[in-house]
Amino acid sequence: MTDLRDLYQEVILDHNKSPRNFHVMDGADRSVEGYNPLCGDHYTLYLKLRKGIIQDVSFTGVGCAISKASASVMTSLVKGKTSAEAVQMFRDFHSLVRGETDLGGSLDHFGKLAAFSGVSEFPARVKCASLAWHTLRAALEAKEQVVSTE
Amino acid sequence: MHGFDRDESHMIMMKPPGDTMLRDAVGNPGLILGCRHHFPLLHQQINGKALVYLDNAATSQKPQVVIDAMMRYYVEENSNIHRGVHYLSEKATQAYERVRAKVQEFINAASVGEIIFVRGTTEAVNLVASTYGRTQVREGDEVLISEMEHHSNIVPWQILCGEKGARLKVVPMNNDGELLLEEYEKLLTPRTRIVALAHVSNALGTINPVKEMVTMAHRHGIPVLLDGAQSAPHLRVDVRDIDCDFYAFSSHKMFGPTGVGVLYGKEHLLDAMPPYQGGGDMIKSVTFEKTVYNDLPYRFEAGTPNIGGGIGLGAAIDYLGRLDRDAVAAYEHELLDLATRQLALFPGVRVIGTAKEKASVLSFIIEGIHPHDIGTILDVEGIAIRTGHHCAQPVMKHFGVPATARASFAFYNTKEEVDALVRGVRKVIEVLG
Repeated sequence: MTDLRDLYQEVILDHNKSPRNFHVMDGADRSVEGYNPLCGDHYTLYLKLRKGIIQDVSFTGVGCAISKASASVMTSLVKGKTSAEAVQMFRDFHSLVRGETDLGGSLDHFGKLAAFSGVSEFPARVKCASLAWHTLRAALEAKEQVVSTE
Repeated sequence: MHGFDRDESHMIMMKPPGDTMLRDAVGNPGLILGCRHHFPLLHQQINGKALVYLDNAATSQKPQVVIDAMMRYYVEENSNIHRGVHYLSEKATQAYERVRAKVQEFINAASVGEIIFVRGTTEAVNLVASTYGRTQVREGDEVLISEMEHHSNIVPWQILCGEKGARLKVVPMNNDGELLLEEYEKLLTPRTRIVALAHVSNALGTINPVKEMVTMAHRHGIPVLLDGAQSAPHLRVDVRDIDCDFYAFSSHKMFGPTGVGVLYGKEHLLDAMPPYQGGGDMIKSVTFEKTVYNDLPYRFEAGTPNIGGGIGLGAAIDYLGRLDRDAVAAYEHELLDLATRQLALFPGVRVIGTAKEKASVLSFIIEGIHPHDIGTILDVEGIAIRTGHHCAQPVMKHFGVPATARASFAFYNTKEEVDALVRGVRKVIEVLG
């Protein structure tokens, strides 16, 4: 049986209610839209990159609790990281939410991302959780078009 | 699972004389609730909770008689129709054509030639757009639809208008989700070639005054197509009383199988239309120089159809025919009213679609909570609803929301299930509010 609290963990509820880095960024190097047409999640991600390091990142937009909390946690984790580190984090995150990570082992190295482990029980919500990350990757790769998880 | 007593259930569904059933069913839903046992899928658990299926506007569940009829067809009669002279082929042809006659009676069409089998409502609309539309609509002409249409009654017309240089015009609605008839009147112009309207809105539940709207269009000599996908399961449809020119509906929303639907068209219009697809069954004779097309309705039915699905649709029509449809409509309305009243008590809940005339659809949003989260939390409680834009993005735009949560009812739903929905919404607000 699936428990609701596995999905809506405290970290997620907190970041949904009070999203971090939730604002338009003046002087951003890049801004990319992420859109999930199926459920209407729609965000804009702003990025300042200096010598391959994510100096600042923020987002605005509307969407479900999972997508918003994921965007918020992501922005707080990737700030100060290199592009390569952020992309590696996305890989880890993606395998976590798709249920490809062994949850029997320690999730310590996931830090706050571990809060999203419950998403793997809800396949319909994987796209919600990964929208912001797809958008970040597009921004790092300097892709201009709207990113869609459909 | 197959344990219900069919004889007994048949008794439950038999119409008593006069309006006794109507009165009794409203006062005593037990009469209709007996039907719940006819739907085997409903009796299961999801996430350890009894399934509460409130996604009937997406697709309805199937009674055992429909499942049995299809199984019997595949076990005993499967054969291609309109072709062989052998016993099975004749049997299958007869069975399939009997369904056409049942459909004719079901919607009160004038003849079986007016009943065309298609894959579903979407294909029916596409058929009319690409045959009638392609021959009748020219540059500068207009096609009139409404603001509350399903994408399948928007996009085929958009494609047609794009090809022809015609204009797609839209009848607006008010904030209750009712079409503005005075605006509609103004939009009926000498350039309007066809009007295409939902009978019942899938996203809002609004029952449009289609008879009046058809009369208005006919005063200008404009034919009307009605999208009946949401009406066929809930309302008695009489195409000759409504006087619409085309009527489209899907089997799977009215307790039949997926993959089969119906296009009704007035004979004189169908007669003048070019074929939709080329292939077997739609021809009388073929040479490399010339093909002579078949008579109605076969001219529009190229290729081996969904015979098994058709048989299932026939069983669904028989099943509905044994119900007192007025009592069913009254009972469904009672469920809708109860759910609407209860949900409206929660602060922050806003019902989207508050038309005076509604059928079985309750779209709502909760302030600060995304419909997707509502859907997931209800799912954990075993409650199936639809969340999203319901293939009606212009409706979402009108109400300024990206999506809604939608509970939609059938006669096999119960008041206890409405209570479960209300408890589920309370939980949503506790978790995310």
